[in-house]
Amino acid sequence: MRRRALRALPAVVLAALLVGGWELYVDLAGVEPALLPAPHDVASSLWNSGELLLRNFSVTAEEVVLGLAVALVAGFALAVAIHLSPLFRRAFYPLAVGSQALPIPVIGVLLVFWWGFGIVPKLAVIALICFFPVVVTTVDGLAAVDPDQLKLLRTLDASRWQAFRLAELPAALPAALSGARIAIAVGVIGAFIAETTTPTSGPYPGLGREIITDVNLQMPRAYAGTVVLFGFAIACFYALSLAERKLAPWTTRPRGEPH
Amino acid sequence: MSTQAKPLAQAPSREPATGDAVLTRALTRTYRDGRRAEVRALAGISLRVAHGEVLAVVGPSGCGKTTLLELICGLQAADAGTIACAPAVLMPQRDLLLPWLSACDNAGLALRVAGHSRAEARARASALFAELGLDGFQEARPRELSGGMRQRVAFLRTLLAGKPVLCLDEPFGALDAITRGEMQEWLSRTLIREPRTVVLVTHDVEEAIVLADRVAVLSPRPGRVIEELEVDLARPRARTDAAVAAIRERALLALELAARA
Repeated sequence: MRRRALRALPAVVLAALLVGGWELYVDLAGVEPALLPAPHDVASSLWNSGELLLRNFSVTAEEVVLGLAVALVAGFALAVAIHLSPLFRRAFYPLAVGSQALPIPVIGVLLVFWWGFGIVPKLAVIALICFFPVVVTTVDGLAAVDPDQLKLLRTLDASRWQAFRLAELPAALPAALSGARIAIAVGVIGAFIAETTTPTSGPYPGLGREIITDVNLQMPRAYAGTVVLFGFAIACFYALSLAERKLAPWTTRPRGEPH
Repeated sequence: MSTQAKPLAQAPSREPATGDAVLTRALTRTYRDGRRAEVRALAGISLRVAHGEVLAVVGPSGCGKTTLLELICGLQAADAGTIACAPAVLMPQRDLLLPWLSACDNAGLALRVAGHSRAEARARASALFAELGLDGFQEARPRELSGGMRQRVAFLRTLLAGKPVLCLDEPFGALDAITRGEMQEWLSRTLIREPRTVVLVTHDVEEAIVLADRVAVLSPRPGRVIEELEVDLARPRARTDAAVAAIRERALLALELAARA
């Protein structure tokens, strides 16, 4: 435990230095608070609006976690389909690439028309933004299986399905998890985009909506909300790294650091 | 797609009428290598392996030894000639242990593929670990094992496929000289306990003579049998035995003559 805390030290020191520099810059240059609030203003806003931010955060966190789950399942399934069917690969891959250039507001209205003001349109947006890295890394992982290993399974009379389950699937898992890490890193901003492009009917619209509102009225709280999103993205990333050690323990990673 | 499992080539499933385990007649195999010219791997191989016999196939690199084993195992089809043999399983040059499975799960892989439960596959594999000098390493992952141990796990996996013919492709080629010697001794003892028909491919003439009942010497590519030597010596044999050395001289002479021709 102490060693783990020690490993976090460089990140903490760097963050402290950056915050210190930010504080000095605002104080010494006399920057307008509506333009860039000082860290101590952000901290007091975080404290004073704690409950509002927390309630909105729990909405956003649910969107991110469920949206990522949809992205991982869909991305993995699509990768397997691409791997197994050259025809599907040729048909689908260009569209998958193109989908990443889609400006979300264009389809936001349609998503709300289909699924209303609840969480579903948000999940669709997050999944659309996050599935792509999972597809790309998993397809590469599936293709990188040692062909001799597949040949070996054939000499043991393995069926196509058995070869897939025993060799290709586990071989692709580390690559799929790398894709998941990229997906997580963009998942939080995906939730922000989802909330700001599809309206919500609930009492708390989520941190993304809250931040957009605060940018015009209460800049320190917009920054406080951003700090929460910032921390959440980091926490998600390291939670996945932890899960990876359980899911794919055969991949060596010296001292358990995410690469 | 290259990773797609192709249906087995016309598997030589029918056992030879003669009562031998493996019988090939005038086997020929030619590769068409894209832009390059045709590569003739085998030029008329006729071989006979009796049930329970250990046949070693020696020859220079690239003389089609691996091709011969893949033909016997039904992984390729011959262009010409006939092949009949009892069900055969290949132990490839590389151990190809699956890194995500424990040693025990790797050894029982063939049983799981055959539809047995994981628990049963593990139990049957684990029971043989002590016999192969691997006891206590059931749960080790392949990368935690030494080269010799990995090779033994791979051999156990081959053994548990339950096929009467074992095709061993340079099983100890990747090991250092000391480990290789130990493994040859070990294989020799194991085959006494678990008698099987073995086709052993190697480029090490001494290894062939120490382990086999009969040695077939192949010519450089395209491979054909240029000499067959009976090894009628008591086991265990040592590399340094005078009788072993005498047979080695004959094999090397045949290889030299073929290389010059």
